This record gives sequence, C-alpha cells and structure tokens, in this order.
Amino acid sequence: MNSIVFFEFAKRNVKIHWLRSLLATLGIIIGVATITSMGILGNSLVLSISDSLSTVGDTIIVSPHSGGGIRVGGASTDYITDRQVEQITRAVAPDIAIPIYSGGSRMKVGSKDTAGVIYGIASNDIPVLLELDQGAYLRGSSGAMVGAQFAKENNIIVGSRIAVGDKGTLRVVGILKERGMGFDINPDYGIVVDSKWFEQAYNRTSGYDMVIVKVGDLNAIEDTKDAIDKALNRRETVVDVIDTKAILETILTAFSQISTFTLAIGGISLIVAGVSILNIMMMSVTERIKEIGIIRSIGTQRREVLMMFLYEALILGVMGAAIGGALSLLGGYAISALLLNTTQYLLVPSSLVYIIYGMAFGIATALLSGFYPAWKASNLNPIEALRHE
Amino acid sequence: MNQAPERDIIIRFEDVTKVYPLPAGDVTALNHVTLDVRRGEFIAIMGPSGSGKSTLLNLMGSLDTPTTGELYIEGKRVRGMSDEELTSLRRDHIGFIFQQFNLIPLFTALENVQYPYILKTGDRSNLERCREVLASMDLDESLYSHKPSELSGGQQQRVAIARALVNDPEILMADEPTGNLDTRTGQAIMELLRDLNKTRGKTIIMVTHDPNIARYADRTIRIVDGKIKPEDQDTAPGPGTSGFSTSEGQAAG
Repeated sequence: MNSIVFFEFAKRNVKIHWLRSLLATLGIIIGVATITSMGILGNSLVLSISDSLSTVGDTIIVSPHSGGGIRVGGASTDYITDRQVEQITRAVAPDIAIPIYSGGSRMKVGSKDTAGVIYGIASNDIPVLLELDQGAYLRGSSGAMVGAQFAKENNIIVGSRIAVGDKGTLRVVGILKERGMGFDINPDYGIVVDSKWFEQAYNRTSGYDMVIVKVGDLNAIEDTKDAIDKALNRRETVVDVIDTKAILETILTAFSQISTFTLAIGGISLIVAGVSILNIMMMSVTERIKEIGIIRSIGTQRREVLMMFLYEALILGVMGAAIGGALSLLGGYAISALLLNTTQYLLVPSSLVYIIYGMAFGIATALLSGFYPAWKASNLNPIEALRHE
Repeated sequence: MNQAPERDIIIRFEDVTKVYPLPAGDVTALNHVTLDVRRGEFIAIMGPSGSGKSTLLNLMGSLDTPTTGELYIEGKRVRGMSDEELTSLRRDHIGFIFQQFNLIPLFTALENVQYPYILKTGDRSNLERCREVLASMDLDESLYSHKPSELSGGQQQRVAIARALVNDPEILMADEPTGNLDTRTGQAIMELLRDLNKTRGKTIIMVTHDPNIARYADRTIRIVDGKIKPEDQDTAPGPGTSGFSTSEGQAAG
C-alpha cells in the first residue's frame, strides 16, 4: 500500500536525472538485445534446420574423394564413373541412386547476359529430386527447367529461351519451386537440363560430379552409407559418402560455438551495465544523503528506504529490458531475414521465450547492482545524514 | 522528581549519559542528565555549540538512544528499542521542525504534508486532512501544488510545520525554527508555535541560541559541557536570577 509512495519517489528521481538514467540503461538495452537476438536466431536456425532435416535428411551424397571437405559442383578432374554409379545403384537397392552432372556457364536470356549453375539430371529422375512450380517437367533431352530465384531475377517464364554459352539455346518448359539452401544441389540460382544434353554439350564422357541417393527408411541411413563404402572404398578411398544429417549436425555445432561467444559478449555487456547502474545509484545515494536523513527522521523505516532505491533500480532495469526486448525483436527479424532468408520462425513461442529470458536477465542485473546502494542508503545514520550538506 | 503524576511526564531523562566513540577518544556529549518534560510544556534549550544541546534534542526525538541511564518517551523505554521501533515512535508521536525546513524537494507542498500521513496510515486518498492542516498554517491554497524551491522561507517553514502536525503528534521538536528566517517571519512562526502549545496543548521542545526567541518558551534549559545548569534541573521554571547564568545565556546567543 505504501509502496506506491516509494515508487513515486523513485520515478521522480529517475525522471529528474533522465539523461544519467538513460545512459545507465543503455548497457542493459545492449545486453538484453544481444542475448535475446542471439537466442532468437539460434532457435530460428534450429527450427529451420529441423524442418529441412525432415525434407533433405533422407539424402546421401556421394562425391569423388577430394582428400577432405565437401565439394558441390565446380570444376574437377575427378568424376564418378558409370561403373561406380552401377556399383552404388546395386549397393543401395531398392533405394535409387541419381547421378548428377554439374557445371556453370554464362547464359543469355533475351538480350541480357547472366550466369548460373547447370545441373544435368536424367529427365525421369528430376521429379524425384525437385518440385515443380509452373509449366511441366522435362521430357526427352531438349528444353530446360529453371530455378525459382534465377527465373525471378531474369524474368524467365515458361516458354522463354536461354542461350547457354556457345552450346545452344534451350526452351524453358518449367519453373522449379524454391528449394532453399541445400547440401546436395542448389538449383534455385541455375537451370536443370537433361543429362544427355549435358553430355553432348560439354562432351562429358568420363563421369558424373556426384550421385545423390534418396533413402526410403531414415533408420537405415547408416547401413546404406556402409554399403556404399564397402562397394567402392574397399581398397582405397575413391568416393566420399556423406549424409545431409551429418552436415546439419556440423553446422549446428559450429553455430552453438558462435552463439556461446555472442552470449558471452551479451553477458559482459550486462556486467558493464550492472556496474554503471551501481555507479549511478551510488551517486544518487550520495547526492541524497540529506534527503534520506529527512525522511528517516520523520518516520520512514529502513526497509522503506531500501524499497525506494530498489524501485529506482527496478525502473532502470525494466526500462532497459523493455527497450532491449523490442530491439531484439527487430534485430532477430533482421538477422533471420539475412541469414535464414525467412522470418517464419520468429514469432513462435520457443523464439519469443528468449525475449522473456533476456528481459529477466536484464531486470535481475539491475536489481542486483541496485541492491548494494539501496542497502547503503537504508543503513545511513539518520542524525549524520541530516547533518550532511 | 516524582511529584508529578506519571501521566504528566511526557519525556523523562534518568541519569542519561551519551558517549560518542571517536578514533581520537570517546566524547561525552551528555553527562548524567536528569530531566522531566511535562505534557504541554514549551521548553527552550540553549547552550553554546558543542555543549550537547543537539544530542539532547536527538535523544528527545528518538533519533538516538542513551549510552547509559534511562530515557522514557510517552512512557516507552527508549534504550534497547530497535531501529524500527524508534522510527515508528518518531512517525507516530513526534513532529520535527528544522532550521533548513528540510522539505522533500521532489514533492509539492501538499505531497510533503501527505508523505508522513501515508507512512502512518497507508491512506493515499485522504487529502482532506492534509489540506486542513496546511490551511491552519495560513498558507494560500494556490501554493499547495508548488515545489519547495518555489516557496519563500516562511512559506516553507509553514509547510514543514504542517508536515510535523499531520499525524497529530504529542511532541514537536524544533531545531532553530527561525534560524533561516528574517525577524518578522520568525516572529510569525513563533506565534504559530506558541498558539499550537497554548490552544492545542502540543509539547514543544525548541533549540535556539536567540534569547528573544527563547522568551516564547515557558522554561529555558541551559546546557554546558554536556550538563544541564543546576538551576534548570528543577522541573519548575528556574529562577534564573544568578548573574553568572544570565551572562552564560547571553554568551550562547
């Protein structure tokens, strides 16, 4: 009941020293915003990866052994031969193995010059890997399908013509659905042609760039990998066999290291904020020794003085945390849009709960650092405080 | 000392000594003081600086406790009281009036008066009581919403007296209440205090160094070196005929 009076006291004091108060809350704002937006980003990343895990987690990628690292497309002298493709097909049966050519080329759409990746995939395998947005899937060896982003950037519609370097001109029969970041192929920024056209255009006889195996039973993914290893890598390692799940796990591990680092920065920022609140609260107590003496002498209890100063810290903490929380929502939005290309994971409870965590940390920091000055104020001797000028 | 009935004694010092421990050695601020203050008395305390008059006032105002001896305020034994009990005693039974007025700068005149009332009752809505007390101080209503910094010294002291009175305490402690006021305003404030003493029966204990101000009191207690002058020990108003004591009083002023 009385606490409103002490809250009023604290509020007016914060208001009178608004600039000082604002500077003190700045640290809380930064700390809360950092911690919370990292939490939101981390959660969004985990959610988006879990989502793609269910769609591409059933994929095994076989690529020529390169002595380390994954190689997706690009120029290479090592290929997977027809014989190896046959061995893989036999090893993974009844799952299917899809051999893929990949390369890049300058292209011309109308009169506009551009460049993009080209995947050569057998026409009847394309529906297994990729989803159609407009038009139709490839039939036979003429024509091309276009990735969603590539189509958007170059104003390509079904029926457009694309000149691929000096290899010839292809008619667009279909636009693919946007697929997002993939670990196997990334057709969003390129075109997909039939493998026979690719072989003829690039005179490719030595082999494929990679083989993608779609696994029917997710639990059997390790067995399937072992089977491929046994079939091809018995004497020496000639192909690398990886599954997308392993890649995702690597990425998640890397991310958790980054986010630990960022959380540490946020934590340091909160510590600095705590010290600065401690500092201005000490100033506030020192400046108001006489006032404390007055209110103590006319009957204010120690705990009421303590409450009054804790309210001051609380106001600073809540202000900082609220602003920081709002900023982190914006920050989380921006960073998700930039890094994940989507903000659909922002407004879900498991992301938003980080705002509550962050704000709670901010408020707790403010209260914690306000406690010592408040305690000091409440323990002043009323007589000495009254005499203070 | 026991001739007055207990009900009549509002403050009683029984052989009170107050020692302040200092690094340079203990300082005895009050030395075996025995004194009764009767209900409804108006007492002036005079003495040179460092004589112990502030200590006496602090003890009477339950801001401090005796080192040895017993002190009773409103029949309550002060020594051994916790800080919380002392604070409640101040809040409910004692009103303070200071030389520097000591209003809370963040609050308006009305809020300053309201503050101790809320402390005691927890009632934030009853502004009537506060307005009534302020009005009895002859303070213009247009000034109620002013901050202390916007008021003259006399106006501030009127607000301060209203603040001291709002919880209807039996005792008023006034520490040089006119010390920061010009003679005319000081006289008006003294008239006000005398009126509170005479018509409303408030016990007033006032520290002053000005003999003209001390004249408003029924009784003057002179204190030197932590001891009350022998002729003032008596609970009846002292004869004050000794030339020595008069010159002492003058010297203090």
